[in-house]
Amino acid sequence: MSALLDVCDLQTHFFTRDGVAKAVDKVSFSLEKGQILGLVGESGSGKSVTGFSILGLVDPPGRVAGGQVIFDGTDLIAGGEPVMRSLRGKRIAMIFQDPMMTLNPVLRIDTQMVETVRAHENVSKAEALRRCREALVQVGISSPDERLKSYPHQFSGGMRQRVAIAIALLHKPDLIIADEPTTALDVTIQAQILSEVQKLCAQSGTALIWITHDLAVVSGLADRLAVMYAGRIIEDGPTAAIIANPRHPYTRGLIDSVPQGKRHGAMLTQIKGMTPSLLNLPQGCKFAPRCPRADAACQVEPALTPAGPDRQVRCHHPHADHEATP
Amino acid sequence: MIVYLVRRVGQSLLAVMAMAVLVFLGVFFIGNPVDVLVSPEASQAQIAATVERLGLDRPLYEQFGIFVWNALQGDLGTSFVYGRPALEIILDRLPATMELALVALALSVGIGIPLGVWAGLRPDSIAGRTIMGGSILGFSLPNFWQGMLLILVFAVLLGWLPAGGRGETTEFLGMQVSFLTWDGLSHLILPAINLALFKMSLIIRLARANTREVCMQDYVKFARAKGLSPRRVVLVHVLKNIMIPVVTIIGLELGSMVAFAIVTETVFAWPGMGKLLIDSINLLDRPVIVAYLMLTVLIIVGINLLVDVIYSLLDPRIRLSEMKG
Repeated sequence: MSALLDVCDLQTHFFTRDGVAKAVDKVSFSLEKGQILGLVGESGSGKSVTGFSILGLVDPPGRVAGGQVIFDGTDLIAGGEPVMRSLRGKRIAMIFQDPMMTLNPVLRIDTQMVETVRAHENVSKAEALRRCREALVQVGISSPDERLKSYPHQFSGGMRQRVAIAIALLHKPDLIIADEPTTALDVTIQAQILSEVQKLCAQSGTALIWITHDLAVVSGLADRLAVMYAGRIIEDGPTAAIIANPRHPYTRGLIDSVPQGKRHGAMLTQIKGMTPSLLNLPQGCKFAPRCPRADAACQVEPALTPAGPDRQVRCHHPHADHEATP
Repeated sequence: MIVYLVRRVGQSLLAVMAMAVLVFLGVFFIGNPVDVLVSPEASQAQIAATVERLGLDRPLYEQFGIFVWNALQGDLGTSFVYGRPALEIILDRLPATMELALVALALSVGIGIPLGVWAGLRPDSIAGRTIMGGSILGFSLPNFWQGMLLILVFAVLLGWLPAGGRGETTEFLGMQVSFLTWDGLSHLILPAINLALFKMSLIIRLARANTREVCMQDYVKFARAKGLSPRRVVLVHVLKNIMIPVVTIIGLELGSMVAFAIVTETVFAWPGMGKLLIDSINLLDRPVIVAYLMLTVLIIVGINLLVDVIYSLLDPRIRLSEMKG
C-alpha cells in the first residue's frame, strides 16, 4: 500500500531583508492512511511551517522553495494553488493553535460552517446545515441549533476549538493537520479534546499530523514521532521506541525535561541554551553548541541514518539502547 | 439595545445643548450686526429702532432665553437680511449640499474601498504602490487647488463639463435634484469629484491598512484552509472586518462633508449651504449663522448616532456589551 502523504525534501524558505531563513530544510516523512504522526520541536523549529507548507498556506515572504508533497499520488507543490484549494478543507483539513483567533469574530458559526460545506459540494443550504449540526454533535456540542446561531465570542476557548474541529471534520478528510490545537486550552479541556480527536480519527480512519512542542501530549496519541530542530528532522521512528530509547541527545533532552512522578522533588533537567536563529545557523550539526556530546566530528552536519528498526537519527554520537542519561 | 439607544440619544441631546450655548455666545461676540445692516446715513433714532426691532437691546441671557425658547418650537430666528425664517433659507439650500455630499460620498466609498483593499492585498505590486502614491496626492493637495485644477482641465482646456452652477434640476421626493438630468449631472460631476478626492484618499489608506492587518489574522488563514475561494475570503471574511473602522470614518466624514462643503461650493459656485454661510458671515446675518451651525450640529450628532447603530449591526461583540451596559 502506498503512503497517503509523502513529503520529500520539502524546503520552505523565508526571504527576509536580513537573509534567507530556511525554516524547513529538506524535511521528509510519510504517513499511512489512518496513521497519527507527532511532529515535535521547540518554537521556531519549523514544525508549524511544515504543516502550512503541505497545504500551501505559507505567507510571504516565505515560500516553498523545493521538494515534493505527494498526497494520494498527486504532487501538491507541482499542482499549485488550484490543486491545493480543491483539497483544502475537503481531503486535508487543518486545526489551528489558538481557537480564539481561528473563527472570524464577525460571522456567525452557521455562516462559517455552511461556507465550508458549500466550498466543495454543491448542496442546498438546508442540507449543509444538517451536516453542520451533525458535525457539532460529533464533537460533543449540545444544542447545536442554538450554537449555530451564535457568534464566536459567545463560546469558551474549548468550545471554539471543538467548533474548529467540527469544521475540519465536515468533509470527512483523509488527513487532518493539527497545529498545537490544545496548547491554548486548560489542561482538563486539553485531555477532553485529545481523546475526542483520537476517537474521531480512529472511527473515520483519518490520518493526523499532530504538531506540538509537548512530548507528553503526543506520546499517548501518535503512532510515530518526528522530532524537528532548526528546520530539520533529527530523529524519527515509532513513538514507543523513541520515548523509551531516544537516540538523539536533543530528543533525550526533551524527554528529560518533562516532569515525571518518580523524580518528585528533583530538579528538572533542561537543555541549556536556546534554539539558534534561522538566519545564523551554526556550521555542521545545528544542535552541537547545546549538545553535551558534541566534539570535533560535529563540525560536519550528520545525515539521517538508520538507527534500529524503522528508525532514523541525525547524529554522530547517538545514544545506545537504554543508555542512562549522563 | 433600547436602553443603550436611549442613553445614546440623551448624550446627543447634551451635546446639542452645549453647542447651542457655544454657538450663541460665539456669534454674539463676532460683532454688531446693526453696523452692517443699517445704512451709514441712518439717524441715531433709526439705529435704535432697528436694535429694538431685532431684540438686540435686551441683556445677553434674555436674548439666549428667547433663542432657546423659539428654537424648541422650531424657530431659529428670522434672517436680518432676507427677512425670512433662517431655517427656511437654509433648508432651501440643504438639498443642493446634501446631493453634492452624498454623490461625493458614494464616489469616495465606491472607489476608495476597492482600491484600498486591492492595495492592501498586494502591497508590493506596482498597482498597490501607484494607488498609495495617488492617495498621498489626494490627501495633501489643497482642496481649492484641486478644484481649480479640475475646472482648468475639464472645463477650460477640454471643455467637457461646465465650470460652475447647478444646472437643470428636477423634482425628486419633494426636493430639487440635479442628478436626474444630463445637464444637472454634468454640473454635478466636477464638484462631487472635488469634494470626494480627500475622503477617497482617506478611505483608501484606511481600507489598505486594515486589510493588511486583517489578512495577517489566523481566521483569514483558517478560511483559506477551509478551501474557500479567494473571492469569498476577501469579500466576506476580510471585507466585513475592515468595514467597522471604515464605517466610523464614513459617518464622521459624511457629517463634515455636508457641513463644510464650503470650499468646494465656493470654487464651483454651487448654490448650497456652505456658500450661504460665507455670505451670511460677511453680512453678520446672525440668525442664519446660528441656524446653520445648529443644523450642522444636529446633522453630525444624528449621523454619529446612526453610525453607532450600524456598528452594532456589523460587530456582534459591540451588541453584547450594549446589552450588558
